[in-house]
Order: sequence, then structure tokens, then C-alpha cells
Amino acid sequence: MTYAYAIQAEGLAKRFKETKALDGVDLAARTGTVLGLLGPNGAGKTTAVRIFATLLQPDAGRAEVAGHDVVREAGVVRSLVGLTGQYAAVDENLTGTENLLLIGRLLGIPRREAKARAAELLERFGLTDAAGRAVKTFSGGMRRRLDLAASLVGRPRILFLDEPTTGLDPRSRGELWDMLRGLVAEGVTALLTTQYLNEADLLADRIVVIDQGRVIAEGTPDELKSQVGGQVLQLRPVRGHDLATAHALVAQAAGPQTQIEDEVITAPVNDPELMPSVVRRLDGAGIAVGELTLRRSSLDEVFLALTGHRTEPDGGRTTAGAGTDDNDIERAVSTS
Amino acid sequence: MTATTAGAPLTTSGRVRPGAGLRQTATMAWRSLVAVKHNPLELVDYSITPIMFVFLFTYVLGGQMAGSPGAYLEYALPGIIVQNTLFMTTYTALALNTDLTKGVFDRLRSLPIARSAPLIGRITADLAKHLWATLLMIALGLVLGFRVTGGVGGLLAGTLLLVVFAAAVSWSAVLIGMLAGDAEKVQAFGFTLIFPITFTSSAFVVVDTMPGWLQAWADVNPVTHLSDAFRGLLLGGEVGRPLLWSLLWAAGIAAVFYPLAMRAYRAKV
Repeated sequence: MTYAYAIQAEGLAKRFKETKALDGVDLAARTGTVLGLLGPNGAGKTTAVRIFATLLQPDAGRAEVAGHDVVREAGVVRSLVGLTGQYAAVDENLTGTENLLLIGRLLGIPRREAKARAAELLERFGLTDAAGRAVKTFSGGMRRRLDLAASLVGRPRILFLDEPTTGLDPRSRGELWDMLRGLVAEGVTALLTTQYLNEADLLADRIVVIDQGRVIAEGTPDELKSQVGGQVLQLRPVRGHDLATAHALVAQAAGPQTQIEDEVITAPVNDPELMPSVVRRLDGAGIAVGELTLRRSSLDEVFLALTGHRTEPDGGRTTAGAGTDDNDIERAVSTS
Repeated sequence: MTATTAGAPLTTSGRVRPGAGLRQTATMAWRSLVAVKHNPLELVDYSITPIMFVFLFTYVLGGQMAGSPGAYLEYALPGIIVQNTLFMTTYTALALNTDLTKGVFDRLRSLPIARSAPLIGRITADLAKHLWATLLMIALGLVLGFRVTGGVGGLLAGTLLLVVFAAAVSWSAVLIGMLAGDAEKVQAFGFTLIFPITFTSSAFVVVDTMPGWLQAWADVNPVTHLSDAFRGLLLGGEVGRPLLWSLLWAAGIAAVFYPLAMRAYRAKV
């Protein structure tokens, strides 16, 4: 069976009491690609994943996985997908092996085969040494890896990953990224939700940005970056006392959005004539420029432009085993 | 591309086959039991606490209550076992609540398995633990001088009665486990409910010694009926009335809580 889109939704809506979690969302992931679902907390990402994974029913619209309706053919959809949630949904009191064996047995895999599959996955996720230990002795990163392994026991071709790296330290996050890349290389289709822009940038073929239950932008990471704000001019005068004059000159050419931060002047560029014009003005004023770059907007800036606010990792939600401050991680990762 | 999920036991319409559902329930029960191996605390819940109860009631209260530990043991052991059975249903609520709050149920629900398997598997495993704790306490009682004068038939019937009653009460535990926000609330709710109910019964004392208003309650308290029936079966006394009342109570509790519990479970899992 072939289908162009392994994951597809049209007009998806879900309301929880007063809150519209999803308000008519369309999205689609081509078979064998990663679709990044990007948005701040409360944007509706988890609701969308839960509908696709048959944990919730939509109020309106439809969602299909591999051509099967998630409501009418929920059983079939369940046999096709793997789900990794926001926190490691593994049994703390079972060992790594037992957790995977449990899933394998539930899926109807014969005991010996299920054991072999568990060993294979533990090996792949670097958990062989901890295989016989109760999960409660695992670190946060190990739990997430085991959770991802648990979602792969049935060899699903379609994966739903709901903020799989939230709460992880940068190193564990990097490891998980490598594992996801490996899976995608094998042809798995994935829907990845994240609040981390660089994560979507690194892993997703296409990104859907949602905010307050609505899709506000869609495209490849590059398309999104050029769609919003285009490019950014960045320059630094050699002499610090030229900063104010330089700022004024750039602002004349580029407009009021010109900013100074850490002795660097930045301005949005939408007109190809801007760069030479800025250079002429600075030259005319005799200001020596130490650094002058033209770069594409970062996904961060795109996000800010689209939603009017920065991505704010959730401080309120306490997730099992994730005691680390998400803000710190966000910073650590974006600067690395 | 074809789905290669290994042998997902579904019919062509995507439903779980009944045989597969049964096996999934057994797998879930296995999961609850094998966890004991890695969680010595559970062993405390199901073994050490019951043993401690028997010792404390017999040797601390025995002399005061009945003149000698041995004499009190004969009266109190069935009551202690009944109380322990009711306490242990709280662990069912706790375990279900943990699965719910830690996302284990989300994972299970995303699998092509019978929706009831996680719930029935848990209850089945916990009934096995009830059986274990009951037999352990009776064995300890025998060592301390308790005599099962009701014979093997009485012992089997009494144990069966406890397991049936525990199964009925488990549905109230399921409801609590589904509705409580976290494990602490489950514990608080379970214990504040079970403590007064078990103590205002004939489990530990003869009801006649209580003030009249309390007797009125103790006489209709299901724990009184259950204790009297269990005691009667173990010791070989008259059990008709309390046994009938115990079974009626079990049926009533199940009739009220089963639909509520299933509704809460379906809403959450």
C-alpha cells in the first residue's frame, strides 16, 4: 500500500470546556519525512498528537494515519503507530528488558521473539548495561531512550513524538536527536512536536507553526525563515563611540526596527538595495566597520514575528523525572 | 509501504480478538506481579504489614482484651485479616493512579489491545496478592496458636469470601484511583475511609461493648458481617446470616461502583 501522506488532518478541532485547544488545523506529513509541529505551550500540539494516537477524539474535522481514519479505524491506526509522550511512560518498577517485553507481549509477539526484540532495542539505544535494572534507577535521558524504544517494539512505520526532549540536558537531547535521525533514515514517518526551534530546524523536513489552536505558518525551515523578516543585517563599528551615529545612519536606511544590542546593530532586510546603501552612508560618515554580515533570520526571530511572543518553555507542568529547569536547557542548547 | 507491526492480534475490522484480549490481561497481570521483584516496598505492603498487625494485636492488645494473647487471637485474627484486605484495596487505587499520572495508560492506550486489559490485569494481580496476604496471616496465626476448627472447607470458603469481597471493593478503589489528582490523595482518602469503617465493626471487639448509637451502626456495617462470616467459616460457627449479608454487601458495592469506575476509566484511559 502506498500513500503520499502518512499523516494527514483537515479542519481538526477540539475544545476542552472553554478552551479551544484546536481550532481547525490542517496538516500533512509526506511518507518518510519528519513534520515538525512547533508552538508555545498550550498551542494545541499535544492535543493534535493525542488525536492522531487515538487517545482523543476530535470534535470536528478528520485525521488519517496511513489512510486510516483515527476515529473509525482506531484499532488499525494503533497497530501502525508508535507514541512517545512528554514524559517517559515506562513502569518504574520493571527493568528495561521487562518494560519492552511487556509491550512486545501485549502486541502478540511470541515470548522468545519479544525477548530478542527487547535486547536488540536496548542495544540500539545504549541501554544494554542497564537492561536488568529497575527503571527507577535510570537517569532522565535513559528513561526517554527506553520510552522511545518502547514505542518501536512493534516496528511502527509512523511515529508520534510529543516533545520527546523536553526536560532533557543538552547531551541527552543530542543523543535522542541522533536516534531520531537514524529512524528517519530507515524510512519512518514522524510527527514531532517541540517548543525548541533549533530542534525543529535540525530534524524536520517541514514545519507547521501553531498558536492558540490555529496554524499560523507552514513550510520548510528555510521557507519559514525567508517568509518572515527575510534577512538580517548585522554590523559592528570598529570604534565604540561611533555606535550612536552608525545606528542613526542604518536606521535612516533600514527603518525604525533597527536595534543595538551588545555594540552590534541589527536591522531587518527586505530590500536588496539596503546593503550597498548602508555601506555608502557609513563610508560617507567616515565610520570604520569591523564586522558586517547579512544572515537569514533565525527560526527564533521567525517565531517571534509570527506569534508576537517568544517560545516560553512551560514552568508549571511537572513531568515525571524531569526536575531540570527547562529555561536553562533552552538557553544552553540555543547557545551551543 | 506495508504495516509490519508484528502479528497485531486484530480482526480485519481492527477489533481485538477475545482470545487476544484475555492474553493481554494476563500479560498486564504479569507486569503487576513481576514488579514486586524490584520493589521491596510492595513486599512490605503485602507481607510485613500484615505480619506486624497480627503480632501487635495479639501481644499488645490480647491480654487487655481477652485475658490472654491466645484467647484474643482466636477472636481477632479473622478481623485483622478482614481489615488488612480492605487496606490492601488502597494499593490497587494507588497503582492505577500512578499509571494514569505517569502516562503509562497513554502508552497502553496507543497500542492495539483490549481497553479493559490494563484494568482487569491489575485487579487480577492484586487479588492474587490478597490471596497471598490472607494465607500468610492464617499461617502465622497457626504458628501463634490459632486453630482453624472450621476445617479445610471453612478455610477455603472463608478465603474465597474475602477474595470475592475484595474484588467488589476494588471497583471503589478503581474509582478513587481514576478521580484522585495524585497518589497522596489516594492514600489519604483510602485510609481515612477504611480506618473508621473497620474499627466500628465486630472485627476487633464484640459489638455489645460499644455505646448504643455506635452499636446501631456496627450492626449494619458490612465489615461486621464480613468479619462474622469469615470468623464463623474459620472457626466452624453459625454463618448463614452474616454470610448472606456479606455477599449482599459485596453485590451492592459492586453494583454501585462498577459502573461508576468503568465510566471514570473510560473517560481517562
